[in-house]
Amino acid sequence: MQSRALEILVGFFVCLGVAAVFVLTFRVASLDSVGGGDKTYRVSAEFQNIGGLKAGAKVSLAGVAIGRVRDISIDPSSFQAKVTMDISDQYSKIPEDSSAKILTAGLLGEQYIGIEPGGMDDYLKNGSEITLTQSALVLENLIGQFLASQNGSSKDDKLADAIGKLADSLQSKK
Amino acid sequence: MRGGVLTVLSNFLSGLGQAQFFLLSVLRAVLPSLLRPALIVRQLYMIGVLSLIIIVISGMFIGMVLSLQGYHTLVQFGAASSLGVLVALSIIRELGPVVTALLFAGRAGSALAAEIGLMRATDQLSAMEMMAVNPMRYVIAPRFIAGVIAMPLLTAIFCVMAIGVAGGHAIGVGLLHVDAGSYWTQIRANVDLHDLLQALIKSLVFGAVVSWIAVYQGYTAPPTSEGVSRATTSTVVVSSLSILALDFILTAFMFR
Amino acid sequence: MSEARTTSAPAADSATLVRVRGLHFSRGARKIYDGIDVDIPRGKITAIMGPSGTGKTTLLRIIGGQWRPADGAIEFDGINVHQQSLDGLYTLRKRMSLLFQNGALLTDLSVFENVAFPLREHTKLPEAAIRDIVLMKLEAVGLRGARDLYPEELSGGMSRRVALARAIALDPEMVMYDEPFTGQDPISMGVLMRLIQSLNRSLGITSVIVSHDVDEVLSIADHAYVIAGGQVLARGAPDEIRASPSEYVQQFLKGRPDGPVAFHYRAKSLADDLMERA
Repeated sequence: MQSRALEILVGFFVCLGVAAVFVLTFRVASLDSVGGGDKTYRVSAEFQNIGGLKAGAKVSLAGVAIGRVRDISIDPSSFQAKVTMDISDQYSKIPEDSSAKILTAGLLGEQYIGIEPGGMDDYLKNGSEITLTQSALVLENLIGQFLASQNGSSKDDKLADAIGKLADSLQSKK
Repeated sequence: MRGGVLTVLSNFLSGLGQAQFFLLSVLRAVLPSLLRPALIVRQLYMIGVLSLIIIVISGMFIGMVLSLQGYHTLVQFGAASSLGVLVALSIIRELGPVVTALLFAGRAGSALAAEIGLMRATDQLSAMEMMAVNPMRYVIAPRFIAGVIAMPLLTAIFCVMAIGVAGGHAIGVGLLHVDAGSYWTQIRANVDLHDLLQALIKSLVFGAVVSWIAVYQGYTAPPTSEGVSRATTSTVVVSSLSILALDFILTAFMFR
Repeated sequence: MSEARTTSAPAADSATLVRVRGLHFSRGARKIYDGIDVDIPRGKITAIMGPSGTGKTTLLRIIGGQWRPADGAIEFDGINVHQQSLDGLYTLRKRMSLLFQNGALLTDLSVFENVAFPLREHTKLPEAAIRDIVLMKLEAVGLRGARDLYPEELSGGMSRRVALARAIALDPEMVMYDEPFTGQDPISMGVLMRLIQSLNRSLGITSVIVSHDVDEVLSIADHAYVIAGGQVLARGAPDEIRASPSEYVQQFLKGRPDGPVAFHYRAKSLADDLMERA
């Protein structure tokens, strides 16, 4: 009836396909990073301006991804952007007075939240709010500042100051 | 003149309607046919294994050319380390499912239509009916099922070939000296399961649509040599257009 | 289950296996049958003859339930073929076989597997029993030695003999032959005729032969019909057919080029046609 060689070839084909699916899931997609199944706790923070931050962006601490932005809304009383994020349970000992910044990956990259740890002995827990925040750096504002300072006075030290500020802020995002 | 347009339109609509009814009877035959794995295995060989070579080779070349083109653009922005992301996302989100489906339509779809058309023309399908064997269950459904199974597997193989083994990786890392570490870490940081899921959904849909078109064209082909050749051609044409249109619709839906 | 029901059903006329009454059938605008009655007697060889294009094959497909008539009733052993569900129809089809003009062997299976096909599909016999039955059926058509060949390696006559072995694999009550002699050399025609006859005589299989090879068919048939223009023109034993007073039947039997069946397809007169362009 069914030739054996044919069955073996089909078995080989199916194995190859399944192996390819596995390679794609484990090598290509970042299954092991924060995101999927593991437990998280929720923290919120309010920002003046979130720039281009989107839900799903990563939350990092010292460059390590520790969570993701869950939701972005407007606080109706303060007109600030309220960002809620899910942080993995394995990073449960983040000091309560830590600050959150909106940073950009590279010059043109995606925006994400960077947490800078504080020094308190109390830790962030589900529902806590990060009060110290720094808004996104909006390039237009920065350039506007730079141009204004250039027009206002042509003194070299002011120009140098503005350029230094620009360089600083760009550097801090690395 | 107006009559001509109306006839064409009504022919088109009735063809579409017939194809829907045909799909329903195929789907009804799927369950009984699943109890006959030997038939499906045979079709997996005809449809899947025999398409492997064309899929592997095309995957390699598409990965290679994408890598080459992407590198020269990215290097101008000093972003050559993002080459991996560029290759991986284009392959997984679009080129993988779409090119695999187009090749599948050309390789397996046309063969399916011609085979079934010839079975009809040589009365093999009628002979089965007269032997109280339902050709829907014995001939059509196993081929349809095999197509739906084979397409995601072929797509996965295509993607791995294009991104990893010999395509993007070989050119990007081997020839253009992009750092292998950043090639892969960039990919891993930017591709997530959601992308893979989209590719899987697309390839399942494409597999079902191409197999449906192929078996329908073959089954309804007039029993002449011209009829069979026309069924083969329209399988490839209709499948390719459907793949491209559906790709747009699915992408629009899934990316919102 | 329904098998038991069918065999116990009181056949009103047990000498008749298939009864066709008032059959109307059209394909597109073309009327093929205009109310014909046909009786196929049990255990006999019945010939259905007529010029090409009168829908003789159509009749077999209607009896087999593949095509649905516009009007009329077809009964197989007292069961109305076209009032059956798909399952009922399939139960019925296990009791009859249709031998297609070109054999219609499944091209991806060997000769052995082709004959084994209906057994594998419809019985749960062990492999050894299937092998025995297949070899016996192939022996009956003289092709036991060809069991490992594939359909494309067979000549036309051999294909039909394999198809015949396949048709009788399930021991049907009736075999319908669609143009079994067309395109055969005299030797294989003779082989096929002897086979049909011996299957009928030894196994008592009711046989229906559709053909326009008049002499061959009439020499083995017990009973014959001549059909043309959607009507039955003559019926009866071969001798009665040969002695039919109908001009039409005589033209068909003798193969005269012109007669009631005009040589020319219906058209206006040649002179008119020629004048029209001038």
